[in-house]
Formats: sequence, C-alpha cells, structure tokens
Amino acid sequence: MGDYTKMWESLNIDLEKHDILCEALPVQFTDTYLTQNNRPEAMNYFNFVVAEIHGARILELENHKKNGGKVVGTFCVFVPDEIILATNAISVGLCSGSQFWIEDGEKVLPRNICPLVKAFTGAKVSQTCPYFQSCDMIVGETTCDAKKKAWEIMNDYMPVHVMELPQMKRDKNIEQWKDEIKLFIDKMEELTGNKVTVDNLKNSIELMNRKRRALKHLYDLRKHIPSPISGLDALLVSQVAFSDDPLRFIERTEELCKELEERVKDLKPNGKKRIMVTGTPMALPNWKLHKIVENLDAEIVLEETCTGTRYFENEVSTDGNTVDDLIDNLAIRYMDINCACFTPNEGRVEDILKYADEYNVDGVIYYNLSFCHTYSIEHERVSKVLKEKNIPLLKIETDYSEEDEGQIKTRVEAFLEMI
Amino acid sequence: MIKGMIALNYIGIDIGSTASKVTVFDDERIRFNLLMPTGWNSVETSKKIKSSLIENGIDLEHSKIIATGYGRVAVPYADKTITEITCHAKGAYYLAKEDLTVIDIGGQDTKIITVQNGDVTNFTMNDKCAAGTGRFIELMANTLNLTIEDLSKLALEGENVKINSMCTVFAESEVISLIANGTKREDIARGVLNSIINRIKGMLSKHGLIGTIYLTGGLCELNPFVELLSKELGEEVKTSPMARFAGSIGGALLAKNI
Ligand code: SF4
Ligand code: SF4
Repeated sequence: MGDYTKMWESLNIDLEKHDILCEALPVQFTDTYLTQNNRPEAMNYFNFVVAEIHGARILELENHKKNGGKVVGTFCVFVPDEIILATNAISVGLCSGSQFWIEDGEKVLPRNICPLVKAFTGAKVSQTCPYFQSCDMIVGETTCDAKKKAWEIMNDYMPVHVMELPQMKRDKNIEQWKDEIKLFIDKMEELTGNKVTVDNLKNSIELMNRKRRALKHLYDLRKHIPSPISGLDALLVSQVAFSDDPLRFIERTEELCKELEERVKDLKPNGKKRIMVTGTPMALPNWKLHKIVENLDAEIVLEETCTGTRYFENEVSTDGNTVDDLIDNLAIRYMDINCACFTPNEGRVEDILKYADEYNVDGVIYYNLSFCHTYSIEHERVSKVLKEKNIPLLKIETDYSEEDEGQIKTRVEAFLEMI
Repeated sequence: MIKGMIALNYIGIDIGSTASKVTVFDDERIRFNLLMPTGWNSVETSKKIKSSLIENGIDLEHSKIIATGYGRVAVPYADKTITEITCHAKGAYYLAKEDLTVIDIGGQDTKIITVQNGDVTNFTMNDKCAAGTGRFIELMANTLNLTIEDLSKLALEGENVKINSMCTVFAESEVISLIANGTKREDIARGVLNSIINRIKGMLSKHGLIGTIYLTGGLCELNPFVELLSKELGEEVKTSPMARFAGSIGGALLAKNI
C-alpha cells in the first residue's frame, strides 16, 4: 500500500486505531485467501482491491469529490444505485463485516443486536473507516428494527437519508416504493445539483444491468461440477462489487469469467460436497463460514444472500420514455428481492428450491447473523419445505468473533459426514 | 512380516472435554475399552492413550485408528478424524440395533442425533452454554458437596424445587441460597436433575423424535437419572453401561472402512 497518511488525516481518521485495523486485515486475508491452491489468475485484481481497500479506491473517491462529485454510502441491496449513478455520484456499499468495530458499536448500541449493525455503527463512531469518512451522505432503509433505529444514532454523526421500505408486496406497496424512489431522486438532486434525466437514468440502469449480468455469469459458471472457482473467491468478488468502480468491476469480472470458461473444459469431478449458503449478508471482511466449510471437504457453490444472488438477480427494464416510466421499472425490479424483512416472503423459499436444483447442491447451510430475527424466524419455513424435498439443512447462528469457530467446524463437519 | 497377514486392530479414540474413551476391536468383537480423564491437555492425554494401548499389547503399526471428540485433532497417530456426532450414532446403533434418537450428554455439550438404518439423518447441538450438560451436574454436585452418583440417588427421594436460571453461574447461586434457606438436599438434587431434563426436553421437542430414545455419555450409568429422564419425557429411555463408550465404539467400527 502507498503512503496515504495525509489523505487519512484529511478525512479525520483516528490514525492510531486505524493502524491496528490495517495490520489485522492483511493477516486475515493471507490466512484465508492466499493459502488456497490453484486460484484463477484473474483473482489478482481482487487481491489488489483488498490490499488497496483503504488506499487507491479512497483516493479515487477523493478525486471525484475534488471534481465536484459526491459520494454516498448504502447498506442494503434495496437502495437503487441507478439513482446515485444518474446524478454523477459514487455509491459505496459500506462494509460492516469486521469484529474490529463491534466494541465501538456497543458503546452506543445494545449488545444483543446484529453484528452488522454494531459494526457499521462502530466504524463511524470510531472514525476508522475511510469510506464512511468520505461519504457526503449515507442512505438507510427501514428494513429490520436494528437498522431502522440505528439511523437515528448515525444521524448524530453524518447526514442520513432514510428510505421507507414497505414490508409487504401488494400493489399499493409497490406504489409506495415508487414514491420513495422519487423522494430519493429529489434528495440526490439536491445533494449533487444534478438532475435525473431519461438519458442519464437509462445509462445508469444499463450499467447496473451489465454489472448484474457479469455476476450472474460468474455464478452460472459455479454450476459446473466441480465449480471452477472456490466459494471464498466468488464471495470476495460479490463483496468487492459493492464498493468498486462499476465499469472496472464489470471488466475484471468478465475477464475472470473468461478464464473460468477455459478452466471448466478440463475439470474433473472432485467428489467435494456442493453447498448452498442462504441467509444474512456477509459484508467484507466476513469470510468466516466460507473459510470453515472450504477447509473441509466441500465447496460453496452459491450464496442466496444479499452478497450473492439477491444482489444480481433480475434486471431493470429500460423500456419507457419518461423518468416516471423508468422509476416504475426500478420499483418493480427492486420489490422483487426476497428479503426476510417482508411478510410473507414465499419467494425466498422458491428461490432456494430452484437454486438447489440448478446448482446441484448436496446440502444447504442457513447462515444467520446472531440476533437477526427476521431470518432466524424464517428458518422454520425454509426448514419445513427443504425437509419435504429431502434437502439437508444446517443452521449456523453466529457473529464475527472467532470464539465459536471450533464448534461451527464440528457442526459443519458432522453435516458433511451426514449428507 | 507382510502387513495384512496379522489380524488388524480397529481403534476408536474419543477425546471428550472431561473423559477420554478408547475402544479396541478385532475383526469380530470389542477386545477392550479404556477410560481416563482428559485433564487439561488433550495432547498429553493422547500420548497417555498411546502408551496404554502399547502396554495392552496393541501393535499400532497394525491398527486402524479413528479419533473423535473435541480433542480429535490432538491424536497425531490416528489415520483419520470423524466428528463425535457420526461416531456416537454408529456406536449407539451398534449397541441398540434399531432406529434411535440418541441423547448424548457430554461434558460440555448436549447432542440429539437421529439415527435411521445406522446413519445420521439429523442432529441438534447445544454447545453455547453449560446448561443441560454434564458440567452442569458436576458443578451443582460440588456445590451440594455430593458425588454425582449420590446426587442422582438423592434426587429420586426429593420433591422438585424449581431452579429458574438457565445459566450455570446463576443457577449455582440459586442453589447456594436454597441451601441457605434450609431446603432439603434431596429436593435441590431433584431440582438440579429436572433442570437438565427440561433443557433436553426443549431440544427434543424442537428436534423431533424417531425410534427409541437412547442415552449415551457419562450419565448413562446413573440409573436414577435415567429413570427420572424416562418419567419426565414420558417415553422409555434405553441405555447400557457401554453407552459411555458409544463414541469410541463408533470410531472403531468406522476404522474398518479405512
Ligand atoms: S438482508 Fe434484507 S435488509 Fe439486509 S441487506 Fe439484504 S435486503 Fe437489505
Ligand atoms: S442481518 Fe438482519 S438484523 Fe442484521 S441488518 Fe440485516 S436484516 Fe437487520
């Protein structure tokens, strides 16, 4: 990494604390990633992104801001990046997957809430995340209770715009979401001074669709037996998607896919158990479950999570001649995401069954961040349906700490022995 | 001599959090079992096991060894490790020879394992806290100044007092104040066992019951406990003195496949 101290200073980063974070990440990354055998060449780009996570990309954000652009942070796959891009702002999905921030998060939040919420709050409170420090605004949503109330606290530290996400999927809820997108457009226009037009919105929709297609392509390749890429590597690509420059990300992911296309030609079945992970998001650098599973005799072949299929499935239509038409298209696509915050959420169960078949999985691991109630409750439904279909399911409820890794390993190992 | 000409030994080594169990099979039957405390250091225990195997005339060169239990990685001379869940299931099936719901009360965790046609089809594990584990009984027995055996005998004579706390640390203070209040020891003992049984009941109702209930782990020889467990669950609980070796028996049986 280059010397970014000056830049970090100007971003008001707590340098001393930040140093501790910067020391820990490379160790964790090396341990988890660089010990894998036979990785695709094209993963080098993604290694580089991680190595420069607080450097090169932040510099890009800063330069963008120097040229009058804005940077907006998001936390949920419901927030339409298309609007942010249309106003010439950069969207960064904020990582909140590190144990490092939990302690600071717990200074202002109760302990018994989801680690993701504690981590992003802690990152802001401790001023150690340069992305947060770069953001002109963050966009929250009313998904789960933990997030909904955390925005009030975050608002003490930086401007927050909250989108009211409906909790059901009736026609009137889709109308509500359209209104929310309109309000978001107003907000972004006010922040950036740029108008959303049919042209720039169509362009950004197309760009995002390309990004979705690239990820879908990568996931389709994982359907091959065996998968030409480890679950860990694929997860990293999904995670990087949230903060990288979209165009460059698309190119690099397509490059990776090209390499994988070649690989699958002479891959022979390796007997590894094929696992689907379903559940809560895994924000960078949360690689805990994947690492445990793939150090055993198994490969993760897809994530039915927000750092997986929920991020890229379904494209936004570009049909229409007015901004309103395009807003309709956006609302329809986004309201098609099957998050457990909705009731009912039958679509998710259908997705899981469909993927189980398409990806030829031997078993499913239900990944539940501790204290995420919506997903935890939904486990019951998922488990019933999977039982009927004879698809083995294991629930793992955990946070970011390392303490329970041994126990999780035993469970996963027993699960693999069973299936 | 050419390997394969002498009879092989099949050995299962189950290093649990409190006790370590070893089972040695020949082609036909169990030759012998060993039991020893695990102590602080699984590596030391595994060395000790090695020397007692040798003392017992076992030629490790002509043995297939599977290690299981929480210390399974601490056995460098094992050919393979398999989790205690699979091993317990195999062992219990060997002892009972029917479809089972195995309840294994270990030193640090409690497991419920469904075994159908000799294979694991489902399992649940409580490993987050000591409530409902062997450690809980041990601590409570200590507080009452009793051995585990005496505690379980006394419990049969007592009336249940409710111990409210699920957490072992708080339950201990509850027991201390019960003692201070002059509550009869047999009543407290009954309360202690009931608290574990309730925990198991909860796990079991979530997990679902298939076949016969079979108890493995260190508590299988405590007849009063088994009696109470059957009564509270409303189902007969089977077990055998050999059931504490279920994990090592299962390991030894699985060693035949390597
Ligand atoms: S799980 Fe739900 S609330 Fe969380 S990021 Fe995904 S869509 Fe948003
Ligand atoms: S994982 Fe669950 S609790 Fe955590 S932020 Fe997402 S929806 Fe909320």
